[in-house]
Amino acid sequence: MDYKLTQEQEMVRKVMRKFALEKVEPIAAEIDEQEIFPEENVKLLSEMGVMGMIYPKEYGGSGTDSISYAIAIEELSKVCGTTGCIVASHNSLACGPIYFFGTKEQKDKYLPDLVTGRKLGGFGLTEPNAGTDSAAQETTAVLVDDEYYLLNGSKMFITNGGVAETYVIFAMTDKSQGNRGISAFIVEKGWEGFSQGPHEKKMGIRGSSTCELIFENVKVPKENLLGREGQGFKIAMSTLDSGRIGIAAQALGIAQGALDKAIEYSKTRVQFGRPISTKQGLQWMMADMHVRTEAARQLVYRAAYAKDHQKRFTEEAAMAKLYASETAMWVTTKAVQIHGGYGFTRDYPVERMMRDAKITEIYEGTSEVQRMVLAVRS
Amino acid sequence: MKIIVCVKQVPDTSEVRIDPKTNTLIREGVPSIINPDDMNAIEAALAMKDANPGSEVTLVCMGPPQADVALREGLAMGCDKAILITDRVFGGSDTWATSNIIASALVEMEYDVIFCGRQAIDGDTAQVGPQIAECLDLPQVSYVADIKQNGDTLTVQRNLEDGYQIIEVKMPCLLTCIKELNEPRYPSMGGIMDAYQQEVEHWTNEKLQIDASLIGLKSSPTKVNRTFTPPAKEPGILVPDADVEEIAKVYKDLKSKHYL
Repeated sequence: MDYKLTQEQEMVRKVMRKFALEKVEPIAAEIDEQEIFPEENVKLLSEMGVMGMIYPKEYGGSGTDSISYAIAIEELSKVCGTTGCIVASHNSLACGPIYFFGTKEQKDKYLPDLVTGRKLGGFGLTEPNAGTDSAAQETTAVLVDDEYYLLNGSKMFITNGGVAETYVIFAMTDKSQGNRGISAFIVEKGWEGFSQGPHEKKMGIRGSSTCELIFENVKVPKENLLGREGQGFKIAMSTLDSGRIGIAAQALGIAQGALDKAIEYSKTRVQFGRPISTKQGLQWMMADMHVRTEAARQLVYRAAYAKDHQKRFTEEAAMAKLYASETAMWVTTKAVQIHGGYGFTRDYPVERMMRDAKITEIYEGTSEVQRMVLAVRS
Repeated sequence: MKIIVCVKQVPDTSEVRIDPKTNTLIREGVPSIINPDDMNAIEAALAMKDANPGSEVTLVCMGPPQADVALREGLAMGCDKAILITDRVFGGSDTWATSNIIASALVEMEYDVIFCGRQAIDGDTAQVGPQIAECLDLPQVSYVADIKQNGDTLTVQRNLEDGYQIIEVKMPCLLTCIKELNEPRYPSMGGIMDAYQQEVEHWTNEKLQIDASLIGLKSSPTKVNRTFTPPAKEPGILVPDADVEEIAKVYKDLKSKHYL
């Protein structure tokens, strides 16, 4: 077993770290405070080929492996959870289903714009009354004249919702079939009857665009059905398996970022005449933070490795996401604790990191869902 | 166009350790980067390539085999070829010997323009670029902050401490670049994947056949007598929104130190 990163992976880390420090960290607090989507940086990330990095060059992607992808998200999330989220959801949730389940025509039409980041994408599964219970979908798609589907309903909490131009939307085509009655569609911004709700005011990742999508008699051409009718649930679950590696990497990055800040602060904060880093109570706390973060890293890279080697990775991805997100929450909470009163203010980044960490335990399957996935498989 | 960029790999820290015996840099254990000014040189070359489709950018670096990673990074940014000039007999070369060696390699190559960084952060000499131009008998412009191309003529802005010059120079020529010239692009993910599929040519003295009297530590005329870390400047005192009383205090303080 080889525990060494490849030269390519090392360089991805070096480049992404430099980019994160030079371009992402300086605006992280501002985009959080003002709820600004970091458009300029997303443009730069597109030029760097990060927005579609795991997809092949024939579609304009970068053809990287999944470990490189995890590293890229980790490095961005170390300084800004928002930016990590934007990259992860675009790569995995928007490009993924079209790449893995699209016809050649669909791929040729949509992927080049998506994987190069010229257009952003969104993934609409969650509804006001259908979160974990996806079979409770109220959005419907009815085939009319064998020509188009009539799409009606709404989708909640859609990441990149307000900035995307291409969406993968799930809807019931046969309610009686439950999960097997769900189908997936590629929907474009600007189609008649398709509108976006207001931006959600969130606890964390506040620079990302999250909103409701509303469909009122939207005509979706028949050729925009993704996969077969009734295959939607399978497409969603398979997409989320990949997506969880991205979110796990985001959580890992947030944890590492908070740990780095806590260590740095503990060396400069002097109490009782010495830096607080000399106190054994805090040393042990930081040692535990370090161990858990590293353990999370190993789970994340292992899931990415399994994906790269064409193995089933549902379990690995669920473990990585569960452990990394709970680690992110735990580590950021401790990092705030080490900062004391300062950590509770917005003058220090750990406050933001703790808020950003929370979403990683919720989206793309809550921690409870990850446990369900693992329980049924063990 | 044929464009060449000379780059150097340097330690990524201001805390450079120096071997007290030889007075040369200890490279082990210090993370390495492409010298910052050389990044501007690479960007200048790539911008010229973008403006002149079909051009080819070749990176040339002299250094130990570990400098390979610097060249891979340049390839990932979009350069086409990379040559590492590496041989134990080149070790310890000062700027004079280094310029001889790099110029001997460049003689073997075709070029319209050669870009160098102004100076390396480890030695700060700013000598190698201009010396290469002298060895090759090329026109040179140093401290380049802007480049406009018109056929085979370049109009460049040369920044000086108290102003700037606008200089026209005919290609082939050598330019040394400063950070004001541009903002270097980041390597792309696809570029990184490709960079390791490409071959970095290693040129040794077996190929270059340079006379021993022109290369290496023994043939380097520069002798470093002593190196030291300059003492850190003490931070100044800021007096924001000073009122009359504060200003009086500052005045008294300056006077007591005989600055006034």
